[in-house]
Amino acid sequence: MANTDIIIHDKKDNVGVIVIEKVNKGQDCECWIMEDDSSTKIKSISEIPLGHKIAMIDFKEGDTIIKYGHDIGKVVKSIKKGEHVHVHNVKTKKW
Amino acid sequence: MEIPKSFLGYKRENGRVGTRNHVVILPVDDISNACAEAVANNIKGTFAIPHAYGRLQFGADLELFFDTMIGTGKNPNVAACVVIGIEPKWTKRIVDAIATTGKPVEGFSIEGSGDIKTIMKASQKAQEFSQWASEKQREECPLSDLWISVKCGESDTTSGMAANPAVGNLMDKLEPLGVHLCFGETSELTGAEKVCATRGATPEASKKFMKTWSDYNDFILKEATNDLSESQPTAGNIAGGLTTIEEKAFGNFQKIGSRKFIDVLTPAEEPKKGPGLYFMDTSSAAGECLTLQAAAGFNIHLFPTGQGNIIGNAIEPVVKLTGNPSTAVNMKEHIDLDVSKILKREMNMDQAGDELIKTTVRAANGRLTCAEVLGHKEFIMTKLFRSA
Repeated sequence: MANTDIIIHDKKDNVGVIVIEKVNKGQDCECWIMEDDSSTKIKSISEIPLGHKIAMIDFKEGDTIIKYGHDIGKVVKSIKKGEHVHVHNVKTKKW
Repeated sequence: MEIPKSFLGYKRENGRVGTRNHVVILPVDDISNACAEAVANNIKGTFAIPHAYGRLQFGADLELFFDTMIGTGKNPNVAACVVIGIEPKWTKRIVDAIATTGKPVEGFSIEGSGDIKTIMKASQKAQEFSQWASEKQREECPLSDLWISVKCGESDTTSGMAANPAVGNLMDKLEPLGVHLCFGETSELTGAEKVCATRGATPEASKKFMKTWSDYNDFILKEATNDLSESQPTAGNIAGGLTTIEEKAFGNFQKIGSRKFIDVLTPAEEPKKGPGLYFMDTSSAAGECLTLQAAAGFNIHLFPTGQGNIIGNAIEPVVKLTGNPSTAVNMKEHIDLDVSKILKREMNMDQAGDELIKTTVRAANGRLTCAEVLGHKEFIMTKLFRSA
């Protein structure tokens, strides 16, 4: 099997998680979707460390981030496909 | 893998089974810690469980204090118990309740005689208990005598991807064998609360869960500063890639696999509906949560961590696992099982669950966990409100 750089929990997810030490800016990444054991690819446009998330699509402010197939928060600053997704551009809808 | 049918445990007088054979010196209150620690220092094979409370508590907070102290003494991992308090009345209440298990327990109060005479009398009793307990032998017991509690800490995104679902896989495999299971962390299910509620085995269980979660959430909203002071998620969670409480909650929730919970327990409440999965209303702070679960009678704990929480417990062995490859290497001495190969797809969840069952049974049989070897004996009282 090809090396996996990114794991995506659910087919509905619009973010993936980096599972190697880091991905570099401009890196072509192999993604594995756990739910149905399928694969996809994405080009990173940020340097992203292990455990952090990458945008699988373009987001605009107010959009919802889906992980585990569920709503995990709202976009507060637009995000480009391949960009680092974290506290600087996503916030909780709860507290 | 064929799941082991039995483990080696200590059969107690009331039919419960311990994975450990502790002789505990239990101080009732903060000012009795010194005396209890002196006794434990005198008598080998015993240890004290010092804590910060037990004075001027009242109402529901006092009742939770008693449930925690009594439940700790009743836990089958405790062979025998010496209780030391400043005043005789509260000391006796704890002793009498622990005695209902049939295990040896004796209380001493300090007022009127002072530390030194109390230390002498309590040490004589502790010596008797220590030598008595040292002759207890492990016997073969069915796996259903395991009461497994779970709680995760210093989580990151690898927790939701590897370590937590490995625990869920273990639950899926062990629940049919009649094991008692317990998860908690009320605040940390925020964002996943509606999905969690659907996992109630009955409409009553689901309803009870939503009421418990709502009450806790109302309390948080009442007291919270705008960012929850970096408490949910913590700075460690954020460094590990977790962005929101919702993301943390769905990762947390992986620990129960595809199980349904049969009842919702109040803090430190002993489960009474037989084998199966229970949800307990607890804080998400590891020390508090584990202390409540141990007080409810759970005899072994599974603790998945991402960034590397190092928690142990006074009486419950804590088995730690991680899916984070950096933590597995850099904090090796704290990790009982490394499941980080899941990230490289060199291990699947079925294999990880099997490895965790093996590690858990070995720890139940007596292999010391990393937390035990490193001396982690955390015992943290949950306070519901200020003392009088």
